[in-house]
Amino acid sequence: MTALDEFRLETRSWLAANCPASMRVSVPEDQIVGGGKRQVYENPEAKIWLDNMASKGWTAPTWPSEYGGGGLSKDEFLVLQDEMMRINARAPISGMGFSMIGPTLLDYGTEEQKREHLPKIVSGEIRWCQGYSEPGAGSDLASLQTKCEDKGDHYSVNGQKVWTSGAQYADWIYTLVRTEPQAPKHEGISFVLIDMAQPGVTVKPILLISGNSPFCETFFDDATVRKDGLVGQLNRGWTVGKRLLQHERSSISGLSSGGKKGRYDDMGKLSNIAVEYIGKDSGKLADPALRDAVIQNELNQRAFGLTQQRSMAESDKGETATFATSMFKYYGSETGKERLELQLKAMGTQSLGWEGQDFGDNERTLTRTWLRSKAGSIAGGSSEIQLNIIAKRVLGLPD
Amino acid sequence: MPLVLNEEQNMLKDAAKDFCTNSTPISQLRGLRDDTSETGFDTDTWQQMVELGWAGITIPEDFGGLGFGYLGMGVVMEECGRTLTASPLLATAVLGAGAILHGGSDELKGELLPQVAGGELLLALAVEETPHHNPYGATTTAEKSGDGYKVTGSKKFVLDGHVANKIVVVARTSGNAGDRDGLTLVLVDSGAGVNVTRTIMADSRNAANIEFSGVQGVLLGEEGKGADVLDKVLDAGRILLSAEMLGGVQECFERTVEYLKVREQFGVPIGSFQGLKHRAAQMFCEVELSKSVVLEALSSLDDDSEQVGELASLAKARLNDTYNLVSSEGVQMHGGIGMTDEYEIGFFMKRSRVCEHSLGNSAFHRDRYGVIQGY
Ligand SMILES: Cc1cc2nc3c(=O)[nH]c(=O)nc-3n(C[C@H](O)[C@H](O)[C@H](O)COP(=O)(O)OP(=O)(O)OC[C@H]3O[C@@H](n4cnc5c(N)ncnc54)[C@H](O)[C@@H]3O)c2cc1C
Repeated sequence: MTALDEFRLETRSWLAANCPASMRVSVPEDQIVGGGKRQVYENPEAKIWLDNMASKGWTAPTWPSEYGGGGLSKDEFLVLQDEMMRINARAPISGMGFSMIGPTLLDYGTEEQKREHLPKIVSGEIRWCQGYSEPGAGSDLASLQTKCEDKGDHYSVNGQKVWTSGAQYADWIYTLVRTEPQAPKHEGISFVLIDMAQPGVTVKPILLISGNSPFCETFFDDATVRKDGLVGQLNRGWTVGKRLLQHERSSISGLSSGGKKGRYDDMGKLSNIAVEYIGKDSGKLADPALRDAVIQNELNQRAFGLTQQRSMAESDKGETATFATSMFKYYGSETGKERLELQLKAMGTQSLGWEGQDFGDNERTLTRTWLRSKAGSIAGGSSEIQLNIIAKRVLGLPD
Repeated sequence: MPLVLNEEQNMLKDAAKDFCTNSTPISQLRGLRDDTSETGFDTDTWQQMVELGWAGITIPEDFGGLGFGYLGMGVVMEECGRTLTASPLLATAVLGAGAILHGGSDELKGELLPQVAGGELLLALAVEETPHHNPYGATTTAEKSGDGYKVTGSKKFVLDGHVANKIVVVARTSGNAGDRDGLTLVLVDSGAGVNVTRTIMADSRNAANIEFSGVQGVLLGEEGKGADVLDKVLDAGRILLSAEMLGGVQECFERTVEYLKVREQFGVPIGSFQGLKHRAAQMFCEVELSKSVVLEALSSLDDDSEQVGELASLAKARLNDTYNLVSSEGVQMHGGIGMTDEYEIGFFMKRSRVCEHSLGNSAFHRDRYGVIQGY
């Protein structure tokens, strides 16, 4: 038996003993744990599951163990994923700490920054949010205006961010700010970490088309940043910020399942749902035009998953090759949106229920998931921006 | 399911790339076309391919082949696809040899497969009778006669059928056109009782319409159960053809991207126009997904996996659509010069469409995938 086989057996029995029964069903949207001081655990087993996993560092399996992570190799990580999928164990926690700022601190943080922040992400104690976009700076992010001034023993931040996902639940915010107003736009930006528990930071939720308020406006009025809250060099924050965007794009494309599970597969397989609502005729889904489209989407999802697996196999660290991130972000979000559109077609008016007893929980969830899916091709750099990046960085086409 | 090539496979790929670039550039295909070559491929080139071992890559060592597997054959086909190399590799080494390998007696395999690997024997698979791929559609009959079978009927679009020495015929011993049961594979000599009409296709490659009038042949597989062998052979063919198409897709796409960088209009390279950039970037995604499905499908053949059928359909449907897209856009993005015979980009478009209609178009494979998945 190889060491990896042994690891698999150990993992399997550890999960059997430590994953509570109620954590082995697909997680309803409103019960996804994001951690942080404001997290409420409606199901106490969710907290137990989080603590168990965090004690092994398996909430961040590949981070080095000196920062609280699991210290797993790529192959061990894949085994862990496999084994969790085998018992349908949900992720104990997720969020921008894990998918974005953590990996970025590993790349660019000082030793002190890593030691201060990473263990609190792993344990779920601190939740992070992202202050990039501003009212005037979306796709053209580098035109951002939020000002950050050196006040000797600290920095002071003034300005407004918008579309800040989860700001109302977060404890800390990582932010791109302008530190050198005279410099060319990419060269006067810095990347800073801000404690949100201070009077200079206020947030105001925004209502979305899905009926939820997952994101906010965030205002900074003389907000204080510690001197050691600067990540990377002063005025060189664009480099750090771009690296983080790559991590963000990987996570939006659904890469976290390692390509083994489709983005919305927790809702059930599209073809099964279509058969449930439409029925079969001579063994085939009874609506031939929809059937062809459903098959096409399932083929594309499968090809996409295989490509994610290939990309991981090609890199020894088990990360996505840099060039591939934009492709995955683009293709994953577009294919995911298409899947939900097809699910609407398959379920007819039952797919558009908003409230009330005529609709099942799954049906109402779909309505909202469908609406939310539209953000996949906007947030983290829109589809058009990803295509621009592929054209420029991968294909080398001129500006 | 490694999804990455091992060292040996990479070496074979490099060797194939060298060979195809130097010995079989597209100008060779053009020459064959212009000289109306009788075989439709260059016999010296074929001999060299045989010497490189390519005809026997998937034939087990016991039968004179290399036993190097389908991933190996796939990388060779891919490189051949880049230069649109004309050769009987698919018809002989994959389709014909596959039918003998899966359906022949040990004696027959011992006799014929070494000849395939040695390049002396050319084969073809006669399956279609209509303009659309229909693997179970045979009305051609096979009738027991002595220790063999007599075949009567006509076949269309037999790839490389005009040069084959022996032909595997998909015939019917019972049932009706469309039934999976009742199909029987018979191996016949191309000679008396076999009337071959060569059909030159738009891609400058060749197929044949063939009439069989009571020609005697030997049984491959079991009577009435020919589909069991046929499905395997067709799936291997679909996957290896997809590998060839993947080569064409990449070459055509790379040439197009290169052109976007050098052709100037309005004082700038045309590749700076976002209308073209985004289409190029979208194609890039399709090409990357195509690589993955071909690798996965080839590995499934090597692993003799239960998923060969669905992966063959996944690969063929995707490569049909991607080759169609990339070659059409290739012509469009080249403008007027893309329409000329002198320029090579149009060769890819012609090849793509012939490939698309060989062994199942996308509608066929999507339907098949759905059926395999139970809906
Ligand atoms: C659900 C959701 C969550 C988000 N969460 C966060 C968050 O937590 N933190 C944060 O900082 N931001 C967040 N965002 C903001 C997100 O990053 C921006 O919405 C995104 O970058 C687009 O910016 P914009 O909204 O200003 O649109 P615009 O930039 O105004 O774009 C409008 C349209 O123009 C197109 N366009 C713009 N430029 C080009 C170009 N050069 N070529 C072609 N087309 C172009 C775009 O693709 C888009 O279709 C979130 C957004 C959403 C929807």
